[in-house]
Amino acid sequence: MSDVVNVTMKVNGTDVSHAIAPRNTLADFLRQTLELTGTHTGCEMGVCGACLVVLDGRVVHSCLTFAVQASGSTIETVEGLSERAAIADLQEAFHQRNALQCGFCTPGMLMTAHSLLSQPGVPSREDIRDALSGNYCRCTGYEAIVDAIEMVARKRHDGAAAPQNEEVGA
Amino acid sequence: MEALDAFESSGEDASYIAGGQSLVPALALRLQAPQLLIDIAHIETLRGVELQGDWLRIGALTRHCEVLADPLIRTHAPLYSDAAPHVAHPAIRNKGTIGGSISHADPASEFPAMTLALGAELEIANRDGTRRVAADDFFVDLFQTAIEPGELLVAIHVPVVRPGHRWAFHELARRRGDFALVGCGILAEFVDDAVAQIRIAFFAVGSTPIRAQQAEDILIGKRLDQATIAAAQAVAGDDLDPSEDEHVPPAMKRHLARVLLGRLLGQIARQAP
Ligand SMILES: Cc1cc2nc3c(=O)[nH]c(=O)nc-3n(C[C@H](O)[C@H](O)[C@H](O)COP(=O)(O)OP(=O)(O)OC[C@H]3O[C@@H](n4cnc5c(N)ncnc54)[C@H](O)[C@@H]3O)c2cc1C
Ligand code: FES
Ligand code: FES
Repeated sequence: MSDVVNVTMKVNGTDVSHAIAPRNTLADFLRQTLELTGTHTGCEMGVCGACLVVLDGRVVHSCLTFAVQASGSTIETVEGLSERAAIADLQEAFHQRNALQCGFCTPGMLMTAHSLLSQPGVPSREDIRDALSGNYCRCTGYEAIVDAIEMVARKRHDGAAAPQNEEVGA
Repeated sequence: MEALDAFESSGEDASYIAGGQSLVPALALRLQAPQLLIDIAHIETLRGVELQGDWLRIGALTRHCEVLADPLIRTHAPLYSDAAPHVAHPAIRNKGTIGGSISHADPASEFPAMTLALGAELEIANRDGTRRVAADDFFVDLFQTAIEPGELLVAIHVPVVRPGHRWAFHELARRRGDFALVGCGILAEFVDDAVAQIRIAFFAVGSTPIRAQQAEDILIGKRLDQATIAAAQAVAGDDLDPSEDEHVPPAMKRHLARVLLGRLLGQIARQAP
């Protein structure tokens, strides 16, 4: 087996190419090689959800994917989402509702929330809890996180509904 | 297939990796340490869902999230669709594959038990060709299946549900997405409102998914009234073999299994023919 392999991928809109060890996970690659440390590693076995990233449009655990497997893919990390303001309202709501304390779980929480709110419809609190079942938070007790996501879900829905109503009225 | 050759030339110190959602945690915990990982995620013949006459072919690489959304699976193999929301968490469902789940054969997993309830057949490839193994003969022991070292699960072939079939799934878990304490899927065929055939598959109550055969025997030929359901519940615990567990002792698992069986049979009894 070769000691290094070449991986090429698009990360937060930028093409990157590096020679790395085949055993490196995508989480290691993002954090250590690319120095994108917003993606956190807690358990490194798929349980805590701190390492979630968007891979080709779907949220996955970067600790359970080898970087070589992601070669040729498009990745978006929490840095990418926040820089293009895709989750600005979620970040604001987390701040307002005290939905983070130490912040370790927050990147993963934002990823799950982003993915949930990208689907059609307005999720109920139960839907939000189900979606968050793979994200651990050791500080907040979750209630504030559910509050924040629910608030954004409603706001986005109302924002999207308003122009439609105008159209119907016109 | 190139993957089969790669395994052969590794001196058998290799693991196939599909979604990696069970294998990578096992590597992280040093439960396994193969010299070589063979990524099978790009093999075209292991993909796709297709109706082939009276059988639905589900490619081994079909991901849990695809099982959840697939209209053919919903129509023809609905127990998989009913179980899918309970399999792990959304991000794991985005990568984990049904073939990986069935090959891994965790006794607490949903899809292996639904494979048993649906009476599916497993298509397995080796360097000499392919063979099909019935679900009843496939799950051998804890994490052990009829797949021999170096062989690949190619597809799951499910006999499609027909008019007269009724089915139900449920599991008891602490939180959505956690492995179940006890779970069960039932597929029954009714003729004139009586049970003609029935397959009751439990999971998380033994070293493999298990059919509640004594309960099945009691139900054959009967209408599902309260007395019949109670009689099936009374023997169901005997079919199961839950292991010692400090949080959920075997007696409690048997109790939960009886409760679950009663609920599911009641649900099936109420389904309109
Ligand atoms: C936190 C967490 C919670 C989970 N909760 C649940 C749950 O509630 N219910 C549940 O059912 N599962 C659960 N899982 C497991 C998950 O469903 C896995 O996706 C699944 O068990 C394995 O599928 P995979 O494609 O990821 O397989 P991999 O991890 O890639 O492989 C698993 C094993 O199967 C072998 N294998 C894979 N594909 C094939 C094939 N086609 N032919 C031959 N061998 C093959 C591999 O060599 C390996 O030994 C959970 C996982 C995690 C990390
Ligand atoms: S670090 Fe990936 S799930 Fe915990
Ligand atoms: S805020 Fe500390 S773990 Fe969630």
